[in-house]
Amino acid sequence: MHELSVAQALVDQVGDLAGQHGAKSVHLIRVRIGPLAGVVGDLLATAFPLAAAGTPAESARLDWVAAPIVVRCRTCGAKTEAQPNKLVCGACGDWRTEVVSGDELILETVELDIPESAGD
Amino acid sequence: MCDTCGCNVTPGNAKFAYKPVEPGATTISVLQGLLKKNDDQAEHNRAHFDKRGILAVNLMSSPGSGKTALLEATIKALKGELKVAVIEGDLETENDAERIRAQGVPAHQIVTGTACHLDAHMVHDALHHMDLDGIDILFVENVGNLVCPASFDLGQHANIALLSVTEGDDKPAKYPVMFRGADAVVISKTDLLAVLDDFSPDKAERHVRELANPAPILRLSARKGEGLDAWLAWLRSQLAAQRARVAAGRTQRPAIQPEGALMHGAEA
Repeated sequence: MHELSVAQALVDQVGDLAGQHGAKSVHLIRVRIGPLAGVVGDLLATAFPLAAAGTPAESARLDWVAAPIVVRCRTCGAKTEAQPNKLVCGACGDWRTEVVSGDELILETVELDIPESAGD
Repeated sequence: MCDTCGCNVTPGNAKFAYKPVEPGATTISVLQGLLKKNDDQAEHNRAHFDKRGILAVNLMSSPGSGKTALLEATIKALKGELKVAVIEGDLETENDAERIRAQGVPAHQIVTGTACHLDAHMVHDALHHMDLDGIDILFVENVGNLVCPASFDLGQHANIALLSVTEGDDKPAKYPVMFRGADAVVISKTDLLAVLDDFSPDKAERHVRELANPAPILRLSARKGEGLDAWLAWLRSQLAAQRARVAAGRTQRPAIQPEGALMHGAEA
């Protein structure tokens, strides 16, 4: 449900970037989503055209990649992959771990169409 | 595996890695949180609280797990000791704010319409309707929902996730994003445990630990007053910690702030 809010936030942010760079449109938007971010990539992609209508991002393609969940064990130090509801160490089984990847919600890159006269 | 800095690109796969960019197009590397605007507003809200020495606590749970009842019991217990204010979030009605005001405490209701969560901008707008002078603790009662509220920082210092014993002890395993981000987990309506033989507080606690979350698990019944002392002690310790932080010019983000994003250099 809240993916539409996230899509609107993304479109705002991309619009700001387009404005800062004097771009007339946006070709491509790449985001990286971890399973622990609480945002579903496919739903974000569905919501995106609704949020982007009438903005510089209107004709942009949204590409999203899923980040793997990786935890580092505070007890044995191992770095292992984990499941969203089982963030325990894959090596020693201890639950005292920290997530090093898998909770990110990041705008990685945007590809902008910048008219030559607007370049600095 | 790194998709951002190009360290995984070899001469063999370079032609796949760098797709030709259309003429006139420029690629900008951004690497910032996708909710940057919300997060900026949340920082602004937090600075507002810190300036006044207020502890801001975000309550999240399913609808009907007892957030408002816990607030009512908390306000009664803290009367004369601490000044409390409440921001309520619901899709419709002023009912919860009225229940809080009946306790003699300022409350502002955010009516979200159809939105399934509060965001930092809604909380900021609500703050303009509230007089926070002399307030010690501001509670934000989020929209009843175990999914969406977990993704939005509001400017709070701590997150509470409530789990009532009628909901099932495996909720933390089913809704990991919410329960991973809790600074304290409240197991509510424990007076009903006597008639519910299928809820094990120990199992609920184990599911929280499996999310690598060391948060205290507070078992209580707001109606009967059982277990409230530990909850009030936790609140007092959080307020003391907040005052110490403010005195030292520091602040605290709730556990919900993705550590991973920080490690990826996404957000300062």
